[in-house]
Amino acid sequence: MGEVKLLATPQSSPCVRIEWALKMKGVEYKYMKQSLLNKSHLLLQSNPVYKKVPVLLHNGLPIAESLVILEYIDETWKQNPLLPQDPYDRANARFWARFFDEKCAVGMWKAGVAQGEGKGGAIESALESLALLDKQIEGKRYFGGEEIGYMDIVAGGIPYWLNVLEQVGDMELLTPQRFPHLHRWSLNLMQTSPVKDCLPPRDSVVNYFRLGFKKARSMSSANNNKS
Amino acid sequence: MANEVVLLGYWPSQYGMRARIAVEEKGIPYEYKEEDAWNYDRSPLLLEMNPVHKKTPVLIHNGKPICESLIVIEYIDEVWNHKSPLLPSDPYDRAQARFWADFVHRKVYGAAKRIWTTKGEEREGGKKEFIECMKLLEQQLGEKPYFGGDNLGFVDVAFVPFYSWFQVYEKFGKFNMEAECPNIIAWAKRCLKKESVAKTLPDQHKVYDLAIWIRKKLGVE
Repeated sequence: MGEVKLLATPQSSPCVRIEWALKMKGVEYKYMKQSLLNKSHLLLQSNPVYKKVPVLLHNGLPIAESLVILEYIDETWKQNPLLPQDPYDRANARFWARFFDEKCAVGMWKAGVAQGEGKGGAIESALESLALLDKQIEGKRYFGGEEIGYMDIVAGGIPYWLNVLEQVGDMELLTPQRFPHLHRWSLNLMQTSPVKDCLPPRDSVVNYFRLGFKKARSMSSANNNKS
Repeated sequence: MANEVVLLGYWPSQYGMRARIAVEEKGIPYEYKEEDAWNYDRSPLLLEMNPVHKKTPVLIHNGKPICESLIVIEYIDEVWNHKSPLLPSDPYDRAQARFWADFVHRKVYGAAKRIWTTKGEEREGGKKEFIECMKLLEQQLGEKPYFGGDNLGFVDVAFVPFYSWFQVYEKFGKFNMEAECPNIIAWAKRCLKKESVAKTLPDQHKVYDLAIWIRKKLGVE
């Protein structure tokens, strides 16, 4: 197995993804909690390009970017495969994972941060992305089929983190009326290991988003004042 | 079932070029169909095959679509695994290749776009970030002939299409690529000796003329 360390912060859903994947594979790892305000020498050395978490260290070798780490885990520890075997299905899973990170997650965040006039439009945009995911999960227990797979881990931020984002961002996105399939999947995922056993305390996520919103809103206001 | 491969692309798009280089490297017989990205009447085929993003490239293999250029390259590498491997076999090396291809995809494209579609402070910011990216990539390349080692790999295929846009960046950013990152220029010229790349990359002047047209259309000065 080798020595596995995870540089992470507990509230960050891309970091928790990695924990879920490692637990599904039965891989033991040392969790090294990182401060994002006062970045450790190890973090800066392991991810000099982005200086961000998560970073996986396997026998001292660093791998950064959560989707890259997930594929590395899947290729290194072959039990309980995360990605499907068929190349077309793999391409599909990768497509929706990218879609989630680049459109859904970004869209939900922006909708939460937005205030005033822009909020309606940002919410509409987030809803459009969620609608596409809802269609994808229709008729399936998990995105991975009968068992949790790659896309369930990637989109697994929805049941827990989106709920907090909605609260802190004063909005409602995921309802059973709007997205019955995605809502059903969310509830199901929250009852399933390893997801249900590995979630940060809700308060800590609330604070994390509050701080993040404050920073994003002040940067946005500074940019508006410039132009 | 016979292998039927169709590639929907747009000639100046770096993303489309990536997919084309990959099919050419593998020697896969394919039909290329040009989609004009500036023509808002996208073809029914494109809309059917990529309803989510409505963009090229799309690889259609026996009628089934694969979208997003980096995903297309990995698909091609997995299906046609008999020759010219684009990703290494070791998981750690594969992770590094994916990391740097993603870096090119997210960081280089965004910075480069700011150079030729914006002006003033924003353009200068784009130029600074672009040059920083080039220097990081030079470091990654090191003494190797290609990012993939002795042969073209995933990162080479992801990055070399940008070469056709270098004249655009130089002219609007007012800098010289050879002066800033000579090893990148040397690497690109090495890649151009490969038939798959030479056949795919459009002439820099043609791309520059298009950039001028697009800037007018976007109303940039």
